[in-house]
Amino acid sequence: MSENVRNAIRGFISPKFPGVDWEDHEDLFSFGLVDSATAMELVMFLERRFGVEIPPQDLDIANFRTVDAMTALVGRLGGAAVS
Amino acid sequence: MKPVKCVVWDLDDTVWSGILLEDHRVEPRPEVLAAVRRLDERGILQSVASRNDHDTAMARLRELELADYLLHPQINWNPKSNSIAAIARSLNIGVDALAFVDDQEFERDEVAFAHPGVLCADVADLDRLLDDPRLNPSHVTEESRSRRLKYLADNRREQDERSFAGTREEFLATLGMVFTIAPAGEADLRRAEELTVRTNQLNSTGVTYSLDELRRFAESPDHLLLVADLEDRYGSYGKIGLALVERGPVWTVKLLLMSCRVMSRGVGTVLLNHLMRLARADGARLRAEFRPTDRNRVMRVTYGFAGFREIETREDGTVILESDLETIQPVPAHLTLNVG
Repeated sequence: MSENVRNAIRGFISPKFPGVDWEDHEDLFSFGLVDSATAMELVMFLERRFGVEIPPQDLDIANFRTVDAMTALVGRLGGAAVS
Repeated sequence: MKPVKCVVWDLDDTVWSGILLEDHRVEPRPEVLAAVRRLDERGILQSVASRNDHDTAMARLRELELADYLLHPQINWNPKSNSIAAIARSLNIGVDALAFVDDQEFERDEVAFAHPGVLCADVADLDRLLDDPRLNPSHVTEESRSRRLKYLADNRREQDERSFAGTREEFLATLGMVFTIAPAGEADLRRAEELTVRTNQLNSTGVTYSLDELRRFAESPDHLLLVADLEDRYGSYGKIGLALVERGPVWTVKLLLMSCRVMSRGVGTVLLNHLMRLARADGARLRAEFRPTDRNRVMRVTYGFAGFREIETREDGTVILESDLETIQPVPAHLTLNVG
């Protein structure tokens, strides 16, 4: 299950950083832009794609900094890839 | 009585004397030219609803140097009630905020029947229309005076963004954005008040403040009231951000808001990061009040992504967030920050 989640997140992130090589444990925000619109887009993507609701106290940069962290967050919230 | 935000003009025998398709050299009525300039100075937008040949009419409007005054002109053979609705939609204002000037009673009736809230007037009654209180705003801010230029700049920017081949970041880099943050002066207070009323999404509390309250904060030594404006090579977006901070050993962001117009410009966090740098330089801790509304979740996300964590929820539902100020995002590479 978590491989599906990981791949789906990678698929969403990749087009945002064209031409950049990154690993699942790397800090995505060190590559550039994180404005309100992008942050909200990321939150909405995770919620809709995996059928979870991210509670306010989890809206924490630590949960979104890397693909590893997002995969863990979705797992903790009981999400599964809806496709 | 709702204020009129946009006056829509007919062309033949209204803006100009005569029928364009019979005489391509039709001349404008001097009183209409004067009215166009006066309405523009009052910050009232203008447009056109004309049954005419689009290209011929636009060419004549450009020759007469009127085209830039008329936003989203509707020149076609459809009923004018459709054109009126299209203009309201394009400007993102209610149809009740429009006035319509036409020499033909039939056209005025057709519009009034479909849209009873539209103020319809005969061009022969132009003087009376200009004196109507609905067309005389009690105060004209710098913001409203330049609203038309902003719409024109927005249109050009949107067209270029649609046809841009690269990524969004690459497009933003071409804009040459300059973000300026300064303490609110007397001249900014009206706009600050307007922002608290109009901003729903990127708004940390949804609390609105009166002009007098804002003036007291601007003058208070214990508070910081900052306004932000943004411009790029297409023109100014105007004052688009506001922050109210209570200072002390702990700084508290009482209100933080950014106009939705700039949400996709990668600038939403710039004002917050600036507050974080100021607090850190002052040796203070930084907290923020957040009141959830049904539309401001994006602001909660903005705080969370800037490193703020919840430390308390008050009985009235207000959430207190705090940042450890350890990590502060740098100013994005695609913009220049000026601090006044």
